[in-house]
Amino acid sequence: MSTIDRTNLTRVSAAGLAAAIAAGDVTALEVTNEHLARIDEVDPAIHAFLHIDYDGARAQAAAVDAKLAAGQTLGPLAGVPVALKDVFTQVGIPTTAGSRVLEGWRPPYDSGVVDRLRAADCVILGKTNMDEFAMGSSTEHSGYGPTRNPWDLERIPGGSGGGSAAAVAAFEAPLGVGTDTGGSIRQPGAVTGTVGVKPTYGGVSRYGLIALASSLDQAGPVARTVMDAALLHAALGGHDARDSTSIAAPVPDVVAAARRGDVRGMKIGLVRQLMGEGYQAGVSQRFDEAVDILRELGADVVEVSCPNFEYALAAYYLILPSEASSNLARFDGMRFGLRVGDDGDANVEQVMSATRAAGFGDEVKRRIMLGTYALSSGYYDAYYGQAQKVRTLIANDFAAAFEQVDVLLSPTAPTTAFKFGEKLEDPVAMYLNDIATIPVNLAGNCAMSVPIGLAPEDGLPVGLQIMAPSMADDRLYNVGAAVENALVDKWGHHLIEEAPAL
Amino acid sequence: MTTTGTDLTYDDAIAAYDPLLGFEVHVELSTNSKMFCGCPTEFGAAPNTQVCPTCVGLPGSLPVVNQVAVESTIKIGLALNCEIASWCRFARKNYFYPDMPKDYQISQYDEPLCSNGYLDVDVVDDDGNHQVVRVEIERVHMEEDTGKLLHTGGDTGRIHGADYSLVDYNRAGVPLIEIVTKTVPGTGALAPEVGRAYVIALREVVKSLGVSDVRMEQGSLRCDANISLMPKGSPEWGTRTETKNVNSFRSVERALRSEIIRQANVLATGGTVVQETRHFQETTGDTTSGRIKSDAEDYRYFPEPDLIPIAPDADWIEELRAGLPEAPGLRIARLQQDWALSDFDMASVINAGALDLVIATIAQGADHAAARKWWLGELTRIANSDGVALEDLAINPAQVARVAELVETGSLNDKLARKVIEGVLAGEGEPDAVVESRGLAVVSDDGPLLAAIDEAVAANPDIVERITGGKPQAAGVIVGAVMKATRGQADAGRVRALLFEKLGVSE
Repeated sequence: MSTIDRTNLTRVSAAGLAAAIAAGDVTALEVTNEHLARIDEVDPAIHAFLHIDYDGARAQAAAVDAKLAAGQTLGPLAGVPVALKDVFTQVGIPTTAGSRVLEGWRPPYDSGVVDRLRAADCVILGKTNMDEFAMGSSTEHSGYGPTRNPWDLERIPGGSGGGSAAAVAAFEAPLGVGTDTGGSIRQPGAVTGTVGVKPTYGGVSRYGLIALASSLDQAGPVARTVMDAALLHAALGGHDARDSTSIAAPVPDVVAAARRGDVRGMKIGLVRQLMGEGYQAGVSQRFDEAVDILRELGADVVEVSCPNFEYALAAYYLILPSEASSNLARFDGMRFGLRVGDDGDANVEQVMSATRAAGFGDEVKRRIMLGTYALSSGYYDAYYGQAQKVRTLIANDFAAAFEQVDVLLSPTAPTTAFKFGEKLEDPVAMYLNDIATIPVNLAGNCAMSVPIGLAPEDGLPVGLQIMAPSMADDRLYNVGAAVENALVDKWGHHLIEEAPAL
Repeated sequence: MTTTGTDLTYDDAIAAYDPLLGFEVHVELSTNSKMFCGCPTEFGAAPNTQVCPTCVGLPGSLPVVNQVAVESTIKIGLALNCEIASWCRFARKNYFYPDMPKDYQISQYDEPLCSNGYLDVDVVDDDGNHQVVRVEIERVHMEEDTGKLLHTGGDTGRIHGADYSLVDYNRAGVPLIEIVTKTVPGTGALAPEVGRAYVIALREVVKSLGVSDVRMEQGSLRCDANISLMPKGSPEWGTRTETKNVNSFRSVERALRSEIIRQANVLATGGTVVQETRHFQETTGDTTSGRIKSDAEDYRYFPEPDLIPIAPDADWIEELRAGLPEAPGLRIARLQQDWALSDFDMASVINAGALDLVIATIAQGADHAAARKWWLGELTRIANSDGVALEDLAINPAQVARVAELVETGSLNDKLARKVIEGVLAGEGEPDAVVESRGLAVVSDDGPLLAAIDEAVAANPDIVERITGGKPQAAGVIVGAVMKATRGQADAGRVRALLFEKLGVSE
C-alpha cells in the first residue's frame, strides 16, 4: 500500500515512512540522510536544532536496516526520524534545556522518552531549541537564539517547544517530541500548523525530563498528521517505575481512535470562558468553522461554562514559579554545567551566586524570584496555598463539564504567530498567549491542538484545541482525525502543504 | 551578651530554674538501598562510588520512595505508640549547600507519617528511687541524608577558612528518620539523666526492630538536645538552644548539664540566652556557640511534586503492629526478674549498652552472672580505654561464653581469663587457641604444685608455725608464693587445700 515519493522523502508522513521502510521500499539510512540533508539546507534559516547528531542518527538508522535484513521484528515507527526537544537526557548528547547554565553538559543516562524512542526503533536526529528551561511562548528566551517560524521567518514558532514544532513544520523531521507545562506543545503546534498533543499527566514518563514544574510538565508528540501523532504517542506512553507520578495503566488506544475519526453522536462542549473577547478575529472565525464542521459530522455541540478558568493564569503563575524555583536550585555550578567565579578566593556561596547570575537568562531569574517569594514563610498560604485551591476548582470545572460532554473545544491560542520582540518587553502579554492551554495542565487531563486553517487577516495557521478527561486521550485523536479528514477533503491536502517554500 | 562573673553550680542552677527539654534524634535506616534510588547504603565505601543520577541530583532525575524505609518508619512509629497517618506527603526543604545535590532536601513537613506517641523512660535518682518519665513524641518522619563535606586547609575543619572542599555523595539519599519529642517539662535535677535515659531507651526500641544499626559513634543515631530554662514559678518558657555533636549517651548527659549551668549563669547575671545551635565539645565537656538561628532562615517548604502521597493500608499497619517484637521496656522487666537483679544492677547493664551482648552470651551457654561480670567489668574497661563501643570490641558473645566456661570448669582463673581475653582481642584466635599458644591453662597436676608448696614451706618456717598454731588465715603468704612460682597458673583453692593437707590442719 505504500506508494511514497522517493524523490521527496521529507514530505512523507511518519506512517508512510515506517511502512515503506518495513516493506523494504526505502532504507532507514536513506530516510535519515534525506532528513539530515534537509536540516543542512533549511536549518540555518530556521534554527530549530541546537545539536544535530549526524553520526548517531546514521548509526541508529543503519541498525534498523540491519535488524530488518536479519528478519527481526521492528517497532511500528522503525527508522522514522524524530526531533527531540533539548530538555530530555540522552547519553553522551549535549543537553542544555535551552540554557547557558548547562552548556556542554553531556548526560550519563537516557531519559524514559529516549528509552521508548529506542525501543520503537526511531532515529533521533538531534536536539531542538526551546525557551530556556521551557519558560516562554516564543523561543525568544532560549540561551542560544530564537527559532524562526517556517510560515514567516519574522515570526515566532511558539514556545517553549518552538524548535520541535518548527522542525516538523519545515519538513526537517516527520515527528518531534515536546513537553507541555502550560501549552508548550500545543501553542507551537497551533502557530506552525502542526499537530501537538499534551497527554494525560502521568501518561508519558518524566524520567530524564529536565523539570520546569514537576506537577505540570508532560511530554508528548508533535507531528504533521493526527495519525502520526497517535503513532508517536503510543510509542512514548505507558508506565515507567522510575517516575512515581507515571500512571500504571495502558495508554488508551490512540492509534485506533485516529483511524476511526467518527464524531457521530458525540457531545462536544464549547468553553464560554475561552472564546470571544481577546481572541484574534481570524482565530475566532476558523474556530467557528471547525465547530460547524463537527456539527455537520454529527456531533451534538453545546456551550458549557468553566467559571474558575478565569483564575487559571494567576494560579499557574504562582505554582509554576514556585516549583521551578526549587527545581532549578541544583544548577549551582557544583556538579555539572557552567561554573563561574571559581578563582581560588571566592567561597562556595559566591561561586553558586556568580554561576546562576551568569548562566540564567532574565525570564528564568524572573520566575525564580516570583517562586521564591510565593513560597516564603508568611506568603505561602496567600499565594501557593490559594493557587492550589484554584487548581482544585479548575479540576472541578472540568469534571462538571465532562459530566455533560465528551470533549471540550477552544482555540489553542488567542492569536496567530506574533513577531519577534512584540511581547518581549511585556511578560504578562506573553503569558496571556497560554490562557487557553493552561487549565488542562493545572487539572492534569489531556488536550490536542490540530490545524484548522489560516487566519484571513495574516495568512497564518490557527489551531483548534480539543480537551478530554484524564486517560481519555483516545477521544482527542478521534475528534482530531474527524476534523483533519474533513479539512483534507475540503482542501485536497493537509494545511502544512500550504507553507511557503524555504 | 554572655555575661561572666557569677559562678552558679549545677545545684544552684536547678534550685533557681526549671529546665525544659526537647530532643530531635536522627536515625539512619539500615535499608539495602537509599531512600529514593537503588544505590547501596554501605558505610565506608570509596567516595562517590555509591551514586546514581538521582542521588547526585542530575538534571531530569526523579526520586522513587523506598518501600522498606516506609515500613521501617511505620514500625518505629508503632513501637513509639504513635498514630500512623493514613495519607501524608513528602515536602521539599529548600536551601543551598554543596553537600545537598538538589539544593533541597526531600523531607516531611506538616504531614509526618507518625505522630503523637510516647516513650516511657526509667531514671534512678541519687537516692536510688525509680522515676518513670513519659517523653511524648511529637512526630516521626522520613527524609534523606546529605553527602559529606571534607574541608581541606584552614584550621577549623569547617567550610569557612578552608582552602578547598571535597564532597562525597555516598551518604546522600540514605534514609533518615527524624524523631522529634514534645517539650519535656518537670524533670528538674534529673534533666541530664532523663536525656541520657531517653536516648538509650529510644536506641533499644529502634534496635529491637532491626531497622537500624543505631550506632552513635558512626552517626547512624544522632541526637540534637534542646534545652531552655525558666525561673521557678515563671509561666513563660525561656529561649532554647539546640546542642549538636552529641556522640554518646554520656555526652547527652554531660551536654545537658553543662548547658543548664551555662544558661543559668547567663540568666542570673541579667543576660539573655541567644537562640542558637551549639556544639558539644567532647574534650572540655562544654558547649560552644554555632550558627545563630535567626528568623531569616526560611526553607520554603512545599509538597514534593515528584512523589505521590504515602497512603499506608490500615490492614498493613495492623499486620506490622502484630509483628512488633516485645517492647524493650517489658523485655527488660522480664529479664531483671529472671536474673533476680536489683534495679541498680539492671540499670548498669543497660547504661553500659551491654544488654544485647549479655543476652547473646547467655544464649551461648554462659551463666548470667558471669556474662554480666565479663561485659560490665573487664570488657567495659577495655572499651572505655580504647574509646570504642562495647559491641565493636573484637570479641563476640560466643568467645566470652567460652572464657566463662573455662573459668567455671577450673581450667582458667580470673587472671588467666583476662589474658585469654587480651589474646582474643589481639586477634590471636579463639579462646582455646589463645590458652594453647600462650600456655595459660591452670596447673592442675598436683605434682608441680606439691613441689612448689614444699619449697614455699621450707622458705617460710615462721608462717608455717602460725598456721599450725591456729591461724589458718596466714596461709595466704604461702599460697601467694606458690602462685608466683607457677606464674599464676595454679588454682589457688587447690594450692590451699594441698597446703592444709600437708600441714595436717583443717580450715
